[in-house]
Amino acid sequence: MKRNVSSAWRRLASDKLAMISLFVLIAFIVMAIVTPWVSSREDINPVNTGDNPTWASPSREFLLGTDYLGRSVALQVMWGSRVSLFVGLAATLLTIVIGTLVGITAGFFGGWGDAILMRFTDWFLVIPFLPTAIVLASVLERSIWTIVFVIGITSWPSTARLVRSQVLSVRSRLYVDRARALGAGRAHLIRRHIFPNVLPLIMASTTLAVPISILTETTLSFLGLGDPTEVSWGSILNEARQKGAVTRGAWWYYMPPGVAIVMVVLAFTLFGRALETVLDPRLRER
Amino acid sequence: MRRRFVIGKVLGALSTLVFVVIFNFFLFRVVNDDPINSLFRGRNLTPDQLERLRVKFNLEGTKWEQFVAYVQQLLRGDLGYSLKSSRPVTTVISEALWPTILLVGTSTLIAMVGIVIGYRAGWRRGSTFDATATSMSMLTYSMPEYWIGMVALGVFAASLGWFPVGGLNDAGSTLTGIERMLDQLHHLILPATVLAIAYVGEYMIVARSAMIDTSREDYLQLARAKGLREAEVRKHHAQPNALLPVVSLSAINFGFILSGAIAVESIFSWPGIGQQTAFAISGPDFPMLQGLFLMISAAVILANLAADLLYGYLDPRVAGR
Amino acid sequence: MTLLEIRDLHVTYRSERGDVPAVRGVNLAVGEGDTLGLAGESGCGKSTIAASVLRLLPKGTDVRGEVLLGGEDVYAMKPGRLRAVRWTGAAVVFQGALHSLNPVKKVGWQIEEAVLLHTKVSGKAARARAQDLLVRVGIPADRLDHYPHQMSGGQRQRVLIALALACDPHVLIADEPTTALDVMVQAQVLALLEELQREKALALLFITHDLSVLTHTCRRLAVMYAGRIVEEGPSELVFTDPQHPYSRALAAAFPTIGDATSRMNPQGLAGDPPDPAALPTGCPFHIRCAVATPECATVDVALRDAGGERRAACVHVGASHVGDGHV
Repeated sequence: MKRNVSSAWRRLASDKLAMISLFVLIAFIVMAIVTPWVSSREDINPVNTGDNPTWASPSREFLLGTDYLGRSVALQVMWGSRVSLFVGLAATLLTIVIGTLVGITAGFFGGWGDAILMRFTDWFLVIPFLPTAIVLASVLERSIWTIVFVIGITSWPSTARLVRSQVLSVRSRLYVDRARALGAGRAHLIRRHIFPNVLPLIMASTTLAVPISILTETTLSFLGLGDPTEVSWGSILNEARQKGAVTRGAWWYYMPPGVAIVMVVLAFTLFGRALETVLDPRLRER
Repeated sequence: MRRRFVIGKVLGALSTLVFVVIFNFFLFRVVNDDPINSLFRGRNLTPDQLERLRVKFNLEGTKWEQFVAYVQQLLRGDLGYSLKSSRPVTTVISEALWPTILLVGTSTLIAMVGIVIGYRAGWRRGSTFDATATSMSMLTYSMPEYWIGMVALGVFAASLGWFPVGGLNDAGSTLTGIERMLDQLHHLILPATVLAIAYVGEYMIVARSAMIDTSREDYLQLARAKGLREAEVRKHHAQPNALLPVVSLSAINFGFILSGAIAVESIFSWPGIGQQTAFAISGPDFPMLQGLFLMISAAVILANLAADLLYGYLDPRVAGR
Repeated sequence: MTLLEIRDLHVTYRSERGDVPAVRGVNLAVGEGDTLGLAGESGCGKSTIAASVLRLLPKGTDVRGEVLLGGEDVYAMKPGRLRAVRWTGAAVVFQGALHSLNPVKKVGWQIEEAVLLHTKVSGKAARARAQDLLVRVGIPADRLDHYPHQMSGGQRQRVLIALALACDPHVLIADEPTTALDVMVQAQVLALLEELQREKALALLFITHDLSVLTHTCRRLAVMYAGRIVEEGPSELVFTDPQHPYSRALAAAFPTIGDATSRMNPQGLAGDPPDPAALPTGCPFHIRCAVATPECATVDVALRDAGGERRAACVHVGASHVGDGHV
């Protein structure tokens, strides 16, 4: 297993695009972590920005200009990265955990449980997930955790399906039968045989699920369902639009958050695809 | 197609719809026990008036009684009243229906160009065309649709003035007939293109990988051995098989495009279902949200059913023929 | 009249890992009404030869030598001529019929397509011809409108045979046509092939890894190893009295029916076929050979005359050297 990991890493490292994406992601994560050290929340509190020029285009003082309240756009984007990245990652974690549990349970135990779980999953798959997320978010209290919960709850079905089909194919492999014949218990089978074979798939699909979670979070924030006390890239865009940034031509207000979203999402997607290719040899020719 | 296949799919769709109705109902009741109280708090209404309001908004009795009443209402075609405007939800929705159909329909047609691009890219995998198409698709796929809308508005409407900044018709417009239609078309172009750009990537990527998988199949070698030209091999043997995953995707994509319309309609002040949803969120106007959710889900379930049946028609292995 | 002739064929696949020489100098010829079997294990290059006859190799593959169909070099043909010759000059019966047939098109349509492509007949006439072909291979006529997945493996293989005959080719190449089938079905399909071959005086090139099948179906037999023919001659003789150590091992691996002792002692062959991308020096077989001499590791052996119509590429065979001749 260790040999697999190092050879996989080497293959990944040779993919230039993947490495650039990784670099971009790390840069954003660093930015998110470092923000509280280079600025304080008060810097973007409208109470304190009254003296700043409003709607100012980029200058040496304000690298990305200011918004309608005189707040620095650059700082907002930095603070926003924390929320968008955190929610994206946390929601994905929730999705993966639920999806994996359901997938392994359904795939491994089969029978009635499988049938019921899959019927349930299929329902959830058909229902359009943004409206569901909207409805859930509007019913619950507006907070970051709500968003995390809402995204996690609506996105697990596709992971569950993926995991289940992998579990089914692994289960049918001969060595699992042999292990069972030797008297291995279910927990042992899951831990030693099923899980390690499902793990690479889970890892790859995790990386591809993050962009979806991030995009969903920004959309929900844009529609006003986010945490009103937090700044997120989606909420910045929402405010920008509502205050007429588009018609005023204040491109420095609405371009940067969008570009940030695109960069992060694209980086995760490219890295995820590269990871998928490395972990699943069959995909290598894509 | 075998009747069993069709009936099975229809029953499946119905069961999903039932699930949606149940889910829809209990979702709203779970958190908000008595919205009437909180909504009309400062209004000095007598308990009697409050009680009448509760009846009007179907909020009296136990949860189970409420559910039964809700289903009865549904079957009568009554979706309740908007908390904001007090108008029947069904009326609001029916007014907003056509603009959304127009927008989503047009966008989907434009986005399907992605299928053709994807086929070509997949058939000539690794070519410059393929590389360009794939990069562009991944780029647009990473952009939030409302942001594309904002940028498009900023450039084409606000700056260049080529297109109106929103709406289906200009405010106070008195155009009729052909002129009115052309004007609406003019308003349609930007939002439809924006929505299409956001989802064309999906179509392209799926069509491409479908074509790549198909291009590896052995029956293509046999087709060439027969003496067919490459174009004929692609058209008669590869594409019919590569079409199958694309059909499945179309159903899923329909759900995404419809969802994407929520934000895009909001940006472009397009008087459709999406805009109504955005309005209902800032309320929150629960009966409205409930009705809209039901409508949107029903539309997607229907689209999935249609795609399943189409798939069964195209792939003889599935429908039990 | 020699209908199919392959002269000094070299086929090298180009891959990311480097060049892979799949065929390294093969000569063979099949005349009208003649049957030649080509035997060998996976990776020896026999399927490559099948694909090379109609130029079905992947783009970029390096091909040197000549493949003559009715005297014309396939590799010198213009695209239009090539397409005309495909299926009419020579046709291929592929293996694994489930994957060789288009799953979303009816079986009848797939045969009609070939007919309509090469002959100027009406749709009705093409359909009638497809029907006749199906009946000739033992499939009920109503199966015309069936899909491949609705048929059994044996039936699908027959469809492939019917399809191959659709344009009355002179040359038929059967690439492992019975490999994926049950033994009983195998026998039926083989019988059908033999019957058709005799009836239409086809030049048949039968490719397989199953030697025992070839001895009955083919008059002559050639054994391939590592991209070369290592032995050739009348099939009966090659099977019962092999001259090359590899053929000996291959023949011994198949128990002879009726001979109890051979059934009890199938002789396997140690080692694996060589990787075409990394061939051993000298005679490619010397590593696994029971009678290798020190010379074998350095000297590559060409086919030598072994008496009668037989030739084998081994130092232990005959004293005289034969140049490039044909069987």
